[in-house]
Amino acid sequence: MTTTTASTPTAEDDELPGARREDGGGDGDAFDRDVLPAPPGATAALLRSLLAPLKGRAAVTTLLLLFQQAVAQAGPLLVAYTIDNAVPAFRDHRHGPLIAVAVGYLLCALLSGALQFAFIEASARVSQDVLLDLRSRIFRHAQALSIDFHERYTSGRLISRSTTDVESLRELLNEGLQELVTVVLSFVYIAALLLWLDLGLGAVAVASFVPLYLLVRLYQRRAGRVYRARSTAIAAVIVKFVETMNGIRPVRAFRREAANDGEFAALNRRHERTNGDALLEMARYVVGSRLVANTAVAGIVLWGAYRVASGSLELGVLAAAVLYLRRLYDPIDRLGMFLNSYQSAAASLEKIAGLLAQTPSVPEPSEPRGLPPARGDFPGREVVFDGVRFAYRTGGEVLPRFTLTLPAGQTVAVVGSTGAGKSTLAKLLARFYDPSDGRVLLDGVDLRELSVPELRRGVVMVTQEAFLFSGTVADNIAIGRPDATREEIERAAKAIGAHEFISALPDGYDTDVRKRGGRISAGQRQLVAFARALLADPAVLILDEATSSLDIPGERAVQRAMSTVLHGRTAVVIAHRLSTVEIADRVLVMEHGRIVEDGRPAELIAGTGRFADLHKAWRESLA
Amino acid sequence: MSVPVRTLAVMPTTRATTEDRSAVRTLLRLWPYVRPVRARLFTAAFVAIVASCTGLVIPLVLKWMVDGPVADRDPAGVWFGALCLLLLGIAEAVLFGIRRWLVARPLSHVEAEMRAGLYRHLQRLPVAFHDRWASGQLLSRGTTDLMLLRMFLAFPLTFLLVNGITILAGMVIMLMQDWVLGLVILAPVIPVMWTCAAFERRYAQVARRAQDQVGDLTTVVEESVLGIRIIKGFGRHRSQARAFGELSLSLRGTELRKARLLAAIWGVIVTLPELAIGAALVLGAVRVADGELSAGTLVAFLSTALALRWPVDSIGFLLAMSQEAATATERYFEVLDEAPESAGEAPAGAAGGSPRPAGRPTGLRFENVRFRYPDAPPDSAPLLARIDLHIRPGESMALVGATGSGKTTLTALVPRLHEVTSGRITLNGVDIAAMPREELRAKVAVAFEEPTLFSTSVGENVLMGAPDGAGEADLERALAVAQADFAHALPQGTDTRVGEQGLSLSGGQRQRLALARAVVARPEFLVLDDPLSALDVHTEAAVEAALRRVLADTTALIVAHRPSTVLLADRVALLSGGRIAAVGTHQELLRHNAEYARLMSADAGYAGETEDSR
Repeated sequence: MTTTTASTPTAEDDELPGARREDGGGDGDAFDRDVLPAPPGATAALLRSLLAPLKGRAAVTTLLLLFQQAVAQAGPLLVAYTIDNAVPAFRDHRHGPLIAVAVGYLLCALLSGALQFAFIEASARVSQDVLLDLRSRIFRHAQALSIDFHERYTSGRLISRSTTDVESLRELLNEGLQELVTVVLSFVYIAALLLWLDLGLGAVAVASFVPLYLLVRLYQRRAGRVYRARSTAIAAVIVKFVETMNGIRPVRAFRREAANDGEFAALNRRHERTNGDALLEMARYVVGSRLVANTAVAGIVLWGAYRVASGSLELGVLAAAVLYLRRLYDPIDRLGMFLNSYQSAAASLEKIAGLLAQTPSVPEPSEPRGLPPARGDFPGREVVFDGVRFAYRTGGEVLPRFTLTLPAGQTVAVVGSTGAGKSTLAKLLARFYDPSDGRVLLDGVDLRELSVPELRRGVVMVTQEAFLFSGTVADNIAIGRPDATREEIERAAKAIGAHEFISALPDGYDTDVRKRGGRISAGQRQLVAFARALLADPAVLILDEATSSLDIPGERAVQRAMSTVLHGRTAVVIAHRLSTVEIADRVLVMEHGRIVEDGRPAELIAGTGRFADLHKAWRESLA
Repeated sequence: MSVPVRTLAVMPTTRATTEDRSAVRTLLRLWPYVRPVRARLFTAAFVAIVASCTGLVIPLVLKWMVDGPVADRDPAGVWFGALCLLLLGIAEAVLFGIRRWLVARPLSHVEAEMRAGLYRHLQRLPVAFHDRWASGQLLSRGTTDLMLLRMFLAFPLTFLLVNGITILAGMVIMLMQDWVLGLVILAPVIPVMWTCAAFERRYAQVARRAQDQVGDLTTVVEESVLGIRIIKGFGRHRSQARAFGELSLSLRGTELRKARLLAAIWGVIVTLPELAIGAALVLGAVRVADGELSAGTLVAFLSTALALRWPVDSIGFLLAMSQEAATATERYFEVLDEAPESAGEAPAGAAGGSPRPAGRPTGLRFENVRFRYPDAPPDSAPLLARIDLHIRPGESMALVGATGSGKTTLTALVPRLHEVTSGRITLNGVDIAAMPREELRAKVAVAFEEPTLFSTSVGENVLMGAPDGAGEADLERALAVAQADFAHALPQGTDTRVGEQGLSLSGGQRQRLALARAVVARPEFLVLDDPLSALDVHTEAAVEAALRRVLADTTALIVAHRPSTVLLADRVALLSGGRIAAVGTHQELLRHNAEYARLMSADAGYAGETEDSR
């Protein structure tokens, strides 16, 4: 597996500003490298839009912190007052000032504790709401994106976006923002207090902010690069991890373990390296900022002591100033932590913004139209492919322009060799893709104008990959119609011949497909998928190789059910097994994207065309 | 819809242990991973302690300056003091830098090693384990949990130690300066510790719940991506989003509970020491006024007390982080403690001890094989009750049975993806349980029902089945057998990337590549699980023709659903009721076995029936 070689360039290329090309040519590369284009400023806009609805509560939270800091920073001030005023007063037997100090300190301590409590609570609420919002935005958006997007973006990346990338924003919100506000507030407070205590000392302290600021800027630039590389690296690790775990059987059978270990190790090492780089950047920043801070402390103390010695500064003021100074620079480490989480979150948000900026190539209509009421008493509807052509965005025409009408209630079998375009035809009808030209009409309404619920009630597709979600068997069938009763679910299962095996499971319909005894074979999964489709009761049913894993009695049962179920419905059946064809009213033979034969099965079989050929071969295969 | 997400019931045992296992003992399990970097880690901790103590000396220098040169108006002394401060400051900065530099690479390394260890282990856990565990839960252990652990090693671990020592040193300094004031400052230690202990217990539970919920969330994300066609096909993305929303809402609830606990302990940790400092200030002031204490001592004392504020404050979140790290460790080892497949050699005394009968190929033999899934209720009937089947060397045997009769399970026993419950399977007379898995799996090639391709080139996907050194010629031959020549027509030929991160191929195309993978090594034994199900009739016929040549001298077991596939084989075995009910040629069984006839006769009764119903 060349996951390694293919994604190695990412770390380097990521750092190039040109890596995020927006032109179509770079599109495929963007997917490969996990850098989807996002419009400039999208990251900041995303963060703003996440915080916007919480403005009020964010303000309250900040206010709480503001008070908390005010109270917490009162300590040294009280010390200065005690040394300069309360002690001399006490010597004069005036106890008032000292009692005031005692009461003041008591209040400060209690208030600061209570405010701290309130602040943490409030900020957790804000940050959790942001995360909730972000998580569901990613999820909803990913769900709204079309199938062709999912075919190119891997599930591992999507998982990485909604887990590790969200996690880094969580860190920023949980710790980072609090740090930032604390840092900024205490800088402002202490600088103001110092200026108030003594203009000169304060000015020197404020001046020391300039080199600190430059240091922060430098760190921010360097760390940004490192963190972007790290986020890409962890996503690659996740992709490999997920792929291995989902394909564990072939991994085992073909003894891929050692080779996989090697490939995983390479990806893992790349993450390790970027991770180490990030930590080292932080180390450099800490040394630099501490040096500036400690030098400033020494300078201020020197000057202050000189002035006390020469009598132009009171001892208490110097004491308070020194206590404050220590506190002034205390948070610079924490500023580092904030920058740390900020950079990591920024890198992640950038990726998330890139994902959110993807527009569904099969968008939901802005003004959805409904379907006309069903005509007559059968549910089927007419399907028209009107001048439809389909080509992949990357080029390569799959279906040349064609027009095709499927009357309501007709069962149409589509046959042809692999790659003839049968599945594409089905996907256009299910609106997994939109045609490049022309339109697909359901009872005269363009699929693109139908609202999603209406479309999905109307058209249902069953494919050969019958995926089961975790949950019970009944849950899985009910995907077809969530409000179905247990009775309806069972009826659907019975109709398709799945009831027997389901009842034999340890907990029957309530068997968890992932739990004890819940193993369900591929054929059984296809039966569940059928029951699901049956329950959905659509006007148009598309079966794409939906019986490939069934045994003959199973297939027979399905077909027996189909002949009643499909009655009055419009159906498109794609199957290699031509037994399906016998229930069809009409057969389309496709080749290289074109419909080369079209007619009633009996006619075609009697003829000399491709279908007659195919049918003959198939009969022989049953011998 | 219900993608009902409950905290997975796969690990009820671990839930219970959360309470009686101490966080410390859990965290100690990390030692083997930390051991290789222990020198650097200890040095870093030592450096951090020195750095913190350097910070504590600074107030002493201040005291000396205030009481000495400043009071005496001695400019030279002031300069000297300031120089000391500068040097101490530089030392502190450099030491903290060194600490971080020391641990940066090693800790990333520990994280990476643990992740690699998890991955390695997971790859070798029985397939039954993977059947039970959602890969999202596994993934969250390999990512977020390990990140938590790295952070723990980088920060809380060191700083619990450093801050503990700093606090102790600070206490000693304060007691030495003035023991009365020192005792006042010490007073809140007991209640703070008590609060921390109480907090630890409750926090551990909530933290664990949150981590499990993250795992569940990951599972939903994963399923909703893997099942996207179904979700879209039924227009269920809104209800899917709702299910996801509910789950993230409950995660939010847990996180808020965590925050509330954290807020409470912060409240206590901020208030109590502050009260003590206030008391010390007032008491100190009285004693300065009485002349029992110098102003410089009070300044230094309070300066030390304030310098200890951060170490004391930090204890709360350091404990919280440690607690989370402990639950993360627990989750990590939950998986790592699962026993992997053994390397394969059977315990001494079993058939493996005797030299293998070499040179006398006797084919593939199932002897009295019973199989029940290890996690099935012990009183349930075994899926395979008694399998006796002999496939002669070079013979191909088709396996036919109703849906769900256990055909796929039976094939999984041959490469030992599952272990027989009792009985034995022999290859050329050697019990497969006595064979190293590596060797066994090299002998037996498998094509699965679901053709999984990996994210790599077509060529590599196929050659995966071949021994090292297989080349272009082998690839060509395998592709030809599987009728997978379409590979040459792909954009980059056989170098085209497929799989999750590559070009998506149709089911039939994937199936043919999987088949090519199985035959590329010209294996002695071949197990094919319904290998042609997704092929169209023409391709199927072509594959069959080519496959017949391969099967001529291969011992093969082929799961078959239809006559065309059955005809590939020399004989057919009918699997029914957990036993091999009949063995014979297709024609024989068709004539003499009613069940077989029902399974295999395509349109008996069916065509007529539908004609009638129309």
